Amino acid sequence: MATQQTRSLARFMMAPSVVLLFVWMIVPLVITIWFSFQQFNPLNPIHDGFVGFSNYALFYSNPAFLQSILNTLTLVVSVLLITVIGGILLALLIDQPMWGQGIVRILVISPFFVMPPVAALVWKNMIMHPQYGVFADIARLFGAQPIDWFGQHPMLAIIIIVAWQWLPFATLILLTALQSLDGEQKEAAEMDGAGFISRFIYLTLPHMSRAITVVILIQTIFLLSVYAEILVTTNGGPGYASTNLPFLVYQKALLEFKIGQASAGGVIAVILANIVAFFAMRAVGKNLDK
Amino acid sequence: MARSVTTQHKTIATAAAWIVALLIFFPILYTIITSFKSEQEAIQGFSMIPSGTMESYAEVQAQSGYFKFFLNSVLLSVGSTILALLVAIPAAWSMAFSPTKRTKDILMWMLSTKMMPAVAVLFPIYLIFRDAGLLDSRIGLMIMLMLINLPIVVWMLYTYFREIPGEILEAARMDGASLWNEIVYVLTPMAVPGIASTMLLNIILAWNEAFWTIRLTTTEAAPLTAFISSFSSPQGLFWAKLSAASTLAIAPILIMGWFSQKQLVRGLTFGAVK
Repeated sequence: MATQQTRSLARFMMAPSVVLLFVWMIVPLVITIWFSFQQFNPLNPIHDGFVGFSNYALFYSNPAFLQSILNTLTLVVSVLLITVIGGILLALLIDQPMWGQGIVRILVISPFFVMPPVAALVWKNMIMHPQYGVFADIARLFGAQPIDWFGQHPMLAIIIIVAWQWLPFATLILLTALQSLDGEQKEAAEMDGAGFISRFIYLTLPHMSRAITVVILIQTIFLLSVYAEILVTTNGGPGYASTNLPFLVYQKALLEFKIGQASAGGVIAVILANIVAFFAMRAVGKNLDK
Repeated sequence: MARSVTTQHKTIATAAAWIVALLIFFPILYTIITSFKSEQEAIQGFSMIPSGTMESYAEVQAQSGYFKFFLNSVLLSVGSTILALLVAIPAAWSMAFSPTKRTKDILMWMLSTKMMPAVAVLFPIYLIFRDAGLLDSRIGLMIMLMLINLPIVVWMLYTYFREIPGEILEAARMDGASLWNEIVYVLTPMAVPGIASTMLLNIILAWNEAFWTIRLTTTEAAPLTAFISSFSSPQGLFWAKLSAASTLAIAPILIMGWFSQKQLVRGLTFGAVK
């Protein structure tokens, strides 16, 4: 059916999206890669010039860089574990027949719609504040010393906040997958005398596997670039204890004006994201062929 | 359903689910409650019953001009969404109705741009914005948010458009409809629900975007994300004010979100889970 005319029309209709995305992706990325091989400081331009790989070498010598990569991975892996396991359990629970299921769903999904700075500040001041927070009230009720979350366990505090934001997403996706499970299959398994555990392992879990993969991949993309939650709570501290890669790049670029180092950090972030993207594209691509 | 559910089972499930759901919702609930307390009440220990004062809301507006930030959030999220739709609808349309061998590759490539971490391009974008005079401008940020969400918009529209049966178009063509008539009278009515869903999800995503909106604005174009971030260093007693500002910042999008659960699943999983 596709004539020459409709084909060129199709190209014309697609052009704006493709050109815009191409320019938006390629131009800044090339600039970043170029800067990553330069010494460049807008405040002190005397030493500016080509420096080869020395910006990258700093990643091995500067403890802040190693710490930030470690923190990035800790955050991603911990939040994934909490949200995927918690999400499966919650989805199984909400899928049970109950009164007020619609309202339960709305309550559970709500944190996902809270903008990151609000989520982080609410947790910081209302819940985890060592003097006025709800956790402190609970601790005092039991005669315990309230915990100074952001001073003593900054990473744990941030993990809890980010997990709270993403648990709803995981639950919603997994619940959607769970509800598409064929009721007859479930019944047949029950008739055959399969218990809850074996039904879960041999029927439910395989059925949810694609949804689980998607949840892991999509969340990883977003978790690799957590920023606002750190900015408004710990500001990366104490020291570099809660600085992740995006936050370090921001500090180097816009606070210290060490553009070369920041750009090298950016390129490393791209490489990290690309490793994830490679698997993500395969999973989503498979679905397209259906 | 043949499976009989005992009342006991249902009662236990209901109780367990409600407890967990209320725990998850608690931080939001407590923030809303605290926003109706005075600053003195807010620090007097745990209490779920506020005095019902509105003074924090009045103060947030009086001290910081809350409404300006709110207006910026509305302008940026709606504006960037409309921009994205204008660019994405023709693209998704042509990919859904006259796909070529390369359509799949183009879709995958668009998706891959979404995976580039924002920090990787922070400084170049900052330079470009500075030199173009776009720092702290609504137009600049609108374009930025449009670009960030464009892949998701194209993808969502594509998955909706693909479900419109091609036979209907052929029938219209047989009846002698011109391309224009075909688009206005046949396709558009069928595409409207998909476009509306896409719009809803995209407004939510743009409203909550908290990297570029914070870094590329100072005062004039700053939306609620930037405004709320200014509360990160506490100034004296500010618990009730923070709660009021937070409640105002999340309320509209929370309510929109409740209506968009299905679109959320579809949009954020790129059609992989429906």
